[in-house]
Amino acid sequence: MTHQVDPDFLALPLQAVSDAAIQSGLSLGASHVDVRIERIRTGVLHLRDTNPETQTDESVSGVGVRVIVNGAWGFASSPEISTAKAAELAKVAVAMAITSGPLSTEKIALAPEPIYASKTWVSHYEIDPFDVTGEEKIARLADLNAQLLKSEIVSNATAFSMFVKEQKHYADSYGTSTTQQRVRMQTAIEAFHVSDKGFESMRTLAQPAGFGWEWMGNSAWNWDEEIAELPSLLAEKVAAPSIEAGRYDLLIHPSNLWLTIHESIGHATELDRALGYEANYAGTSFATVDNLGKLQYGSSLMNVTGDRLTPHGLSTVGYDDEGVEAQRWDIIKDGVLVGYQLDRRIAARGGRERSNGCAFADSPSHVPIQRMPNVSLQPNPDGPDLAGLIASVEDGIFIKGDNSWSIDMQRYNFQFTGQQFHRIKNGELVGQVKDVAYQATTTDFWRSMKAVGGPSTYVLGGAFNCGKAQPGQIAAVSHGCPAAVFDKVNVLNTVAEAGK
Amino acid sequence: MIAPQELIERITRAADYEDCIVIVESKTQANLRWASSTLTTNGVIAEQSVTVIAFVALPGGMATGSVTRTNIELDEIADVAKAAGMAARAAGVAEDQAPLLTNKEVGDWGAAHIATGPEVFKTFAPHLGEVFQKSQADAIELFGYAEHTHTTTWVGSKGGLRLRHDQPSGRLEMTGKSHDRARSTWEGRATRDFSDVDLAGVDAGIRQRLEWQARTSHLDAGRYQTVAPSGVMADMLAYLLWTSPGRDAADGRSVFAKTGEVGKTRIGETLAKLPINIFSNPSYKGLECNPFNVAAYSSPYGSVFDNGLPQEQWDFVKDGKLNSLLTPRATSEATGIPYGMGGDNVIMTVPGGSGEMESLIASVKNGLLLTTVWYVRMVDPVTSLLTGLTRDGVYQVKDGEVVGAVNNFRWNESPVELLGRISAAGSTEITATREVEDLSRTAAPAVIFEDFNMSTVSQAN
Repeated sequence: MTHQVDPDFLALPLQAVSDAAIQSGLSLGASHVDVRIERIRTGVLHLRDTNPETQTDESVSGVGVRVIVNGAWGFASSPEISTAKAAELAKVAVAMAITSGPLSTEKIALAPEPIYASKTWVSHYEIDPFDVTGEEKIARLADLNAQLLKSEIVSNATAFSMFVKEQKHYADSYGTSTTQQRVRMQTAIEAFHVSDKGFESMRTLAQPAGFGWEWMGNSAWNWDEEIAELPSLLAEKVAAPSIEAGRYDLLIHPSNLWLTIHESIGHATELDRALGYEANYAGTSFATVDNLGKLQYGSSLMNVTGDRLTPHGLSTVGYDDEGVEAQRWDIIKDGVLVGYQLDRRIAARGGRERSNGCAFADSPSHVPIQRMPNVSLQPNPDGPDLAGLIASVEDGIFIKGDNSWSIDMQRYNFQFTGQQFHRIKNGELVGQVKDVAYQATTTDFWRSMKAVGGPSTYVLGGAFNCGKAQPGQIAAVSHGCPAAVFDKVNVLNTVAEAGK
Repeated sequence: MIAPQELIERITRAADYEDCIVIVESKTQANLRWASSTLTTNGVIAEQSVTVIAFVALPGGMATGSVTRTNIELDEIADVAKAAGMAARAAGVAEDQAPLLTNKEVGDWGAAHIATGPEVFKTFAPHLGEVFQKSQADAIELFGYAEHTHTTTWVGSKGGLRLRHDQPSGRLEMTGKSHDRARSTWEGRATRDFSDVDLAGVDAGIRQRLEWQARTSHLDAGRYQTVAPSGVMADMLAYLLWTSPGRDAADGRSVFAKTGEVGKTRIGETLAKLPINIFSNPSYKGLECNPFNVAAYSSPYGSVFDNGLPQEQWDFVKDGKLNSLLTPRATSEATGIPYGMGGDNVIMTVPGGSGEMESLIASVKNGLLLTTVWYVRMVDPVTSLLTGLTRDGVYQVKDGEVVGAVNNFRWNESPVELLGRISAAGSTEITATREVEDLSRTAAPAVIFEDFNMSTVSQAN
């Protein structure tokens, strides 16, 4: 279903406010002014067993004005959406840029972009989650938990659901003006088994995505089917043997691999990181610019793209927060690093002709910076299905679902866990093991990828909470990928790591 | 925009249910960010949030629900009050219901928010420019961030709560890199107003650490006696606090649940060999913070029904024993765990601990000195096993002296287990976390961890 931008957002004085800021900024000597008027509504429900434990319904709105004066940035924001405040913000931003000038040796330039006047874009969703009553939402989550609690193995169940509607009007002094609306959903249900020996848990594999409340039906994701299977999977995990640490072939399901892609490819190929802009906080990257076109990032089976176009992608937009039209491009081709993620400033700094549209700010209070697009590992068009991949593994572990994640500040050394770890012997699943973590260096890991699943194994995964920048910003991002097999990866036993 | 106090009066009058608490938070901030010794971004930010919490009597008890908006205009007041009431009815009778506090005043209710702005950097910014110039001359690149925030919180209710608190906070972070970025280190400072930030000291510290990295050698993974600065200890404290809800422990789903006895907790159990104390106290000198509870929503960490209750000293760990868990009143009644609410700061003290980190280094025969930890995440909630990286320089210590730098490591450790492996501590100092920026008011000593588990080598520098 194609929605329109909500009338009550369009009823705000979007053009008058952005015009006021732009005129004020230009009259005070700014060479560039951009304005964002935003309203972001976020709802959270958390149920413990069948009872609501946490409920929030938060809407953040305001205006952010960014200027360039004599090659230096200035930024100011306010929760007040009015022409007078917008003009005042431009004045504060100009003053900030003038103050910053003596401390700025880099003269800010922006890569050029065509002008897009009065464009509107709305993401693909059917049911606005904020049109669904609280009773209905709670009832759906409580029902899923109640199904789990019928099982003797399940001591407790928790349900977490988060739903976001993001509305954004952007305008700049070149003449671009865009108004966009996006909706996204995330739900996770977790079952716990508690006994006198301790506790164990298992969470659903459903991924967050750019859907509305229709996500909670059974058409886009079959919740009822997954919930029905969860108790037996949990029971098997509770009784499973602890993994013996060592090297194993890993067959990694998209519900786990998306996160490895996010950390070891997504962040590593942000050009602002590679240049050092995040060195104090999020970190840098081993994939420095001298490696472009040369670095053998992974095996020849590895093809990774960046895009802001994927239907239901969490990073999908019509235009980014600098007025750049959404695009798709190669990041890794046949295993070789060939591309980066860019915003207009970083594109100009890196000598690129055009930004590929990765600017994003998570609120009107924050400046747009380069954020991650949908970064996806492409399936092998002729690759095997899941059964074929399992059959190809002689001695390994099939990992499903994400859990713990961590990677170093140059994106070399990572460690991940998961929800389910199914042992594979001689091409067959022979039961779960537990206490598994896998640890590797990024390029060793991706170079060890020896089989990539076909299109039937492809799933769009992702997260709502990717962090970067100071002040801290979060962004939602999707990563599509097939299942894939990796050769002899270092597997740890987490109980042994704890010294137990 | 309507003044916060007037907004609260109007919303509570419009609320046609049993009680209504309104929390208004006004925040102003100025920030500077830099990379390669040049400013990269800056900002002057103003934000406001208005949370309306409805308390609605239903058959069987009180329900609660809330809505939060940036701003509420006069013609929106009735709708917002109604929406909070609807959220409460949808949620049904609350599990955490408890009697609401009424008729209490704290702070200067009528005063306006005092905004911070770029003027807070009036002295700091020129000094920063000088440090940039000096670094460029010496082929050192500086990366960092300075932020100053004023937050005013008003909590008002239909039942007569009129509470107000003003909170200044700030932080400075500086990463220094040299020799084509092969060397890297970090300094962090917490501050309330930037008047006490010793930028020259930060610069000197960075230069000393970069010099220490002149001699670098490879060290294999393994278990090492490890000196952790106060900032590393503060990051570990954050993870201890996040696993401290009493409800989870009572359910058996926490490292603080008593194994073998479902429903019981480890309160009273000895966690540390040294008489370590971990607590929050709103009047701790230099870390003063909110003297009353504020909860915009209920969670295992707090309850909206406990809004306004006095925030006194909360002793999480006392004399090395687990003393209390985060437990709202209703959870306390349901589980038997004593009521306990942590405040907006966290402090660790070790009676008998004294001296600077240097005195701890002097006591190490063969071990490591960390600078910071990074990308810390929970691996196994059963043991509270965390994984993370060392960052900004790891140094080898031999016979009480730093002899050079070694590679970074991925580590796997439980902060609960680590409490039991602290063999020495310095004096408590106000410090800055590296990763957990939300924990902006912390004090801790530098400590020595025995047998710290460096799991693998990281190539990062």
